[in-house]
Amino acid sequence: MYLRYLFQRVVFLFFVVITAASLNFVLPRLTGQNPIRERLAEQMLSGSAISAGVEELVATYDAKFGLDKPIWRQYLTYMGDLLRFDLGYSIPNYPRRVSDIIGEAIPWTIGLIGVSTLLSFTLGTILGALSAWRWTPQWVRFLSYPFIALSGIPFYLLGLILLFIFAFQLRWLPGNGGYGIGSVPNLSIEFALEVLRHSILPALSIVLSSIGFWAIAMRGMMVTVEGEDYMILAEAKGLKKSVIFGQYAVRNSLLPQVTNLALSLGFVMSGSVLVEVVFGYPGVGFLLFRAIQGVDYPLVQGIILVLILTLALSLLLVDLILPLIDPRIQLNRQRMN
Amino acid sequence: MSDALATSHPKTTGPSRIVQLLGTWHGIQAYVKRNPSLGVGLAILIGLIAVSYGALLFVDPSEVDPLTARPLQPPTRDYPLGTDKLGRNLVAVMALGTPMTIRAGFTGGLVTVAVATVLAFIAAYYRGPVDRVVQWIVDVGMTIPSIVILILVALTVDTLTPTQLGLVVAAVSWFRPTRIIRAQVLSLVERPFVEVAQMSGMRGPGIIVLELIPNLLPFLIASLVNAITAIILVTIGLSTLGLGALNYPTLGTTLYNTILYAAVLQGYWWWWTAPIVVVVLLFISLLLISLGMDEFANPRLRRTA
Repeated sequence: MYLRYLFQRVVFLFFVVITAASLNFVLPRLTGQNPIRERLAEQMLSGSAISAGVEELVATYDAKFGLDKPIWRQYLTYMGDLLRFDLGYSIPNYPRRVSDIIGEAIPWTIGLIGVSTLLSFTLGTILGALSAWRWTPQWVRFLSYPFIALSGIPFYLLGLILLFIFAFQLRWLPGNGGYGIGSVPNLSIEFALEVLRHSILPALSIVLSSIGFWAIAMRGMMVTVEGEDYMILAEAKGLKKSVIFGQYAVRNSLLPQVTNLALSLGFVMSGSVLVEVVFGYPGVGFLLFRAIQGVDYPLVQGIILVLILTLALSLLLVDLILPLIDPRIQLNRQRMN
Repeated sequence: MSDALATSHPKTTGPSRIVQLLGTWHGIQAYVKRNPSLGVGLAILIGLIAVSYGALLFVDPSEVDPLTARPLQPPTRDYPLGTDKLGRNLVAVMALGTPMTIRAGFTGGLVTVAVATVLAFIAAYYRGPVDRVVQWIVDVGMTIPSIVILILVALTVDTLTPTQLGLVVAAVSWFRPTRIIRAQVLSLVERPFVEVAQMSGMRGPGIIVLELIPNLLPFLIASLVNAITAIILVTIGLSTLGLGALNYPTLGTTLYNTILYAAVLQGYWWWWTAPIVVVVLLFISLLLISLGMDEFANPRLRRTA
C-alpha cells in the first residue's frame, strides 16, 4: 500500500519536473530573439567589440551553444544535459559554468532563509498557541497584533525600512553584501562573525514579517482543538493546566503547522529573492536579479530549474513523511473526495 | 435551516442569504460593527484611490515624465513629496501609479476567480474525466512555483502595460483558488436542493448558474479579495525585480528605481518613503478587508458579541 502510494507520488513529481523544464525551454524561445546576437550588439554599442566579422562571431557562438541545430535537437540536448546536471555556461561570464555559479550561491540562501524560517516558525507558533489559550495574560495577546499587521507587508519592504533605520541612520549594522568588501571568505571566527552581522538585517525582515503568518495559523488550529471533547475530559480529570496546554492542545495543533513548515522550506529559494536583492546578499535570489539584469538566459534557466527541483523534492518529502507521522491521513486521497 | 429554505424555494436561496446578511442598510451596519476591520480596510482602500485621483487635480500628469523637474529635491512647497533621480515629481508618480497598481490587481483578481469558478463548478458538478483533467492540471500547476513562469514570461515580453502584467500573473494564479472552490462545490452538490432541481428538469448549466453559484457567492467574493491581494503582491514583486511594466510609473517600478539607485543608502529618504507608505497601506487595507470578510464567507464564525 505504502509502496504503491510512494510510486504514484514519484511518478507525479517526475511529470511536474518534466513539464516545468519544458516550459523553461519553450518560453524564452517564443520571442525568436537570439540572446547571443543581443549580447554582441550590446557590446558593440558600448564599443568593446569590433563590428567587423560579427556574423561569423554569432555563427561561432551559435554553434558553441548549439543554437544552430533544429529545435527538437536542441530540446533533446537540453533534456539530456539536465539529466547530467549540466546547465551550460553563463553568457556574460563565459568560461564559468552555470552550475558552479549557482553552487556558490546556494549555501548563502539556505543559511539565511532556512534559519530565519525556522526561527519565525518557532516564535510564531508559540505566540499563536499562547494567544488562543484562555489563561494567557492579556498583554501576550496584545503582543500578537503588531505582528499580524506586519504579516500584511511583503518582506522586502520591511527590509527597506530596516535598512534605512539600522544601516543608514544609526549605522549599527552593515546593509549590503554577505561579508565586508575587503574580506576573503575563509573559516576563521572573525569571518563567521562578519557573516553573522551582515545577515542580521535580512533575517530580521523575514522573521518580523512572517511571525504573524505562523501565529494566525496556529491560533486557528488551537481554537478548533480547544472545542474538542477530549479537552473537556482532560480538564475534568484534573490534569495540570500546563499538561493540557502542552500535551493536549499544542501537540494536536502542531501537525498542520509542521506540514506548512515543510512546504515553506520548499519555497525557501523562491520566496527570498527580493530580500536578497534589497540587501545585496550573495544568495540565489540576488544572483537571479543580476542574471535578469545581464540577460543571462542560461543562468536564469539554471536558477529556475533549481527552484523547481527544491520545491518538488520538499513536496515529495511532505507526502512521504506525513502518512508515517499521522495515522489519520489516508493514502488514497483521490478516493476520499 | 438554509437547507429547508433551499428545498422549498430553490430559486431564491442564494440571493436570499445575502439579503439576509447584508440586504438592508441596517444589516450592513450591524455586520461592520461586528467586524470593524472590514470597515477600516475599505476606508483605507477607498481613501487611497480618492487621494490619488484628488491629487491629479493639483498636479499635471505630464510631470510624471523624466526631467520635468530638478532631480533629487527633498520635499518642498512645489514638490510635496520631492523629486526622484530621473527628475520626476513624486506626487505625480504616486497619483498615477497607485490606481494603476490597484487596477492591475483588480483585473487580475477578477480573471483569476472567474477562471477558477468556471473550472471548479464544471469539474465538481460533472465529475468524471473532466474533473480528473482539471485536477491534474491544478496539481501540476500548484507544484511549479509561479514566480518561475512569471520571470520567464516577463523576460520574454518586455513591453507590458500594468494591467496586462496583472493578467499574466492571473494566468498562473488560478490553480489554488480552483482547488479550494472545487472542494466547496463538492459538498454543495450533495445538498437536497440540487436533487430537487435535477428532478424538476433543470439542466447542468442552469443548476450551476441559478442554484450553485448564488449559494457560494459570499465565499467567491472572499476568494476575490484574496486573489486581488496575491496579484498585487506578485505584480509589485516582479516590477521590483525589474521585470514587467517598467515603462509605467507603478508602485513596483518606483520601488525598483529606489533599489537600482540605492536610494536608501544614499539618503534620499523621500524617494522611497512615499511608495512604501502607499504599498504598506494598500496591503494592510486588503488584509483587514480579508479578515473582516471571514464571517461573511463562513457564517459559522459569527461571534456572539
